[in-house]
Amino acid sequence: MHEYSAWDDERASEIITPWCTVEGGMLPALHALMAEFGAVPDAAVPLLAQQFNLSCAEIRGIISFYHDFRSTPPGRHVLKLCRAEACQSMHGATLAENLLARLGLTWGATTTDGALTIEPVYCLGLCAVAPAALFDEVPQGRLDVARLDRLVTAAR
Amino acid sequence: MSARVFLPIDAGALALGADDVAAALAAHASARGIALEIVRTGARGLYWLEPLLEVARPEGRIAYGPVSAGDVPALFESGFLDGAAHPLRVGRPEEIPFLKRQTRLTFARCGIVDPASAADYEALGGWRGLKRALALGAAASIEEVVASGLRGRGGAGFPTGIKWRTAAAAQADRKYIVCNADEGDSGTFADRMIIEGDPFVLIEGMLIAGYAVGASKGYIYTRSEYPHAIAAMNRALAAARAGGFLGADIQGSGFSFDLEVRVGAGAYVCGEETALLDSLEGKRGVVRAKPPLPAIQGLFGRPTVINNVISLASVPIILAEGAKHYQGLGYGRSRGTMPIQLAGNIRYPGLFEAAFGVTLGELVNEIGGGTATGRPVRAVQVGGPLGAYFPPALFDTPFDYEAFAARDGLIGHGGVVVFDDTVDMAAQARFAMEFCAVESCGKCTPCRLGSTRGMEVMDRIREGREVEKNIALITDLCETMKFGSLCALGGFTPYPVISALTHFREDFTRATARHAAAE
Repeated sequence: MHEYSAWDDERASEIITPWCTVEGGMLPALHALMAEFGAVPDAAVPLLAQQFNLSCAEIRGIISFYHDFRSTPPGRHVLKLCRAEACQSMHGATLAENLLARLGLTWGATTTDGALTIEPVYCLGLCAVAPAALFDEVPQGRLDVARLDRLVTAAR
Repeated sequence: MSARVFLPIDAGALALGADDVAAALAAHASARGIALEIVRTGARGLYWLEPLLEVARPEGRIAYGPVSAGDVPALFESGFLDGAAHPLRVGRPEEIPFLKRQTRLTFARCGIVDPASAADYEALGGWRGLKRALALGAAASIEEVVASGLRGRGGAGFPTGIKWRTAAAAQADRKYIVCNADEGDSGTFADRMIIEGDPFVLIEGMLIAGYAVGASKGYIYTRSEYPHAIAAMNRALAAARAGGFLGADIQGSGFSFDLEVRVGAGAYVCGEETALLDSLEGKRGVVRAKPPLPAIQGLFGRPTVINNVISLASVPIILAEGAKHYQGLGYGRSRGTMPIQLAGNIRYPGLFEAAFGVTLGELVNEIGGGTATGRPVRAVQVGGPLGAYFPPALFDTPFDYEAFAARDGLIGHGGVVVFDDTVDMAAQARFAMEFCAVESCGKCTPCRLGSTRGMEVMDRIREGREVEKNIALITDLCETMKFGSLCALGGFTPYPVISALTHFREDFTRATARHAAAE
């Protein structure tokens, strides 16, 4: 389970500063913001632009290019379900669709109680134990309805 | 009493409860007053047996698997620490047929060595390649890699040594070694296994590359989807630095080199080498047009060797044993061994390193034991999401770059994903287009627009609308994408689509009758 800080310009600037002088420091800076705030919100754009000496448009372009960078924090728990071929071959797609339908969610959405976000992921390298997922960064293999239910219960 | 056991910390083993087993082992040992050392290794790659618990015995290791936390009390009761009989006992791991049939060069230590210990790496034959390279000199080390016949294991199969020669000849104020650990292909996990199981072999390979071409800095670009690999790599880098294998004047050789891990952010296209370089520079991961080649103008405009994890991890054994040893194995122009990854709906999933030339049928049926569901095998996708689907009729195809190309396929990074007869191949073709649409970097039109149009055409085919016309259209679109795209994402997405159409046409025309009946 992740505890994220509420957005704070000053704290965000402190996080960004050391990466400005590092070769290719943009992605590490964005990951560091994600780790602290669970998101890279719009408020981060002018701060990044100023410190990296780039335009706001360029910063937006970078953030929006990568699937990982969310604009709002996820729920207290995150379940990353693999949608790629190896998991499809073990009927992962049906498993995922049924779970989303049962929770009334779409990919990337969070349950109304803020407990669980379900994100799509294309391959976790767990293709030998498909269908697979990461639950708060803990790998989960050979998923079935019962195991998924246990994870959802654990999240709530 | 004291004892030593080995239990994988590999993400695949963790996914099956290895940490719970470790906790149970520790608790029961302490309750019984046994001083138990639990060494967390990588995985051997026999995933149907994970978590695979091994006990150190004078005669060698004795394995038990698959072990769950609930099995631990009974294992102690039966005396597993003495290698005693138990229903889960599988004996010496080396004698398990799946492992015995392999030729492990790159993965020789994976699952055996402690991935956090530089000393253990050295004790198991590590750093011999680096020492020989330093003794040979830079130019001769490159020629050794050229002579080995090693080709890029990321998928493109370009000769590694030739890349190195080009970068070595380029003049610049600094040069880089970049390890492409952005292993995004579904069905592949060899990079993850090496990084989690034997990260020092990658460090050694990168050191040799750096020394050979005159680079001072290296980056390992890996995936945010691999949190355990990131942690394992960082642990190993710290240990290597502490042991004097990274930093200034490595082992008194006068050669200085350092390494850093960088993490991607969920973009598949960043596994394409030029997109990876842009991403490392902190930009959008957009593909670059070639030339210039990265070996001449790569990261930050400097000469850069960019190689896959497995290419780099194969270098130490090549230097240590000599090029001939490696070159002597293989098939046709594919020399040495390939870590093949058996995945998806397969009875014995795992890592199978073997000399090139083993046939697809041997891999799927004999070694892999057919499907996990017990149903007939219908299709096998080789080489990740951009690889072709092969029907059992093509199972005589030998695992070799050229043989797969001759049958309109590719071996890619060595992933083999098996599907049973419940698969809908038109749905798989549609997914290939969808994946390309989601992951396209947007630079070239055939990929950016073609993938979305391809998805729409596949939807019409699956609904049974003007099927023959739409099949002609998707075939034409695939031609455009194949020859007009800038990189392999747009260029190879046609492989799964066209192979599905060629070998499983009935799945594309099935909806026709249904649609006609409805009208």
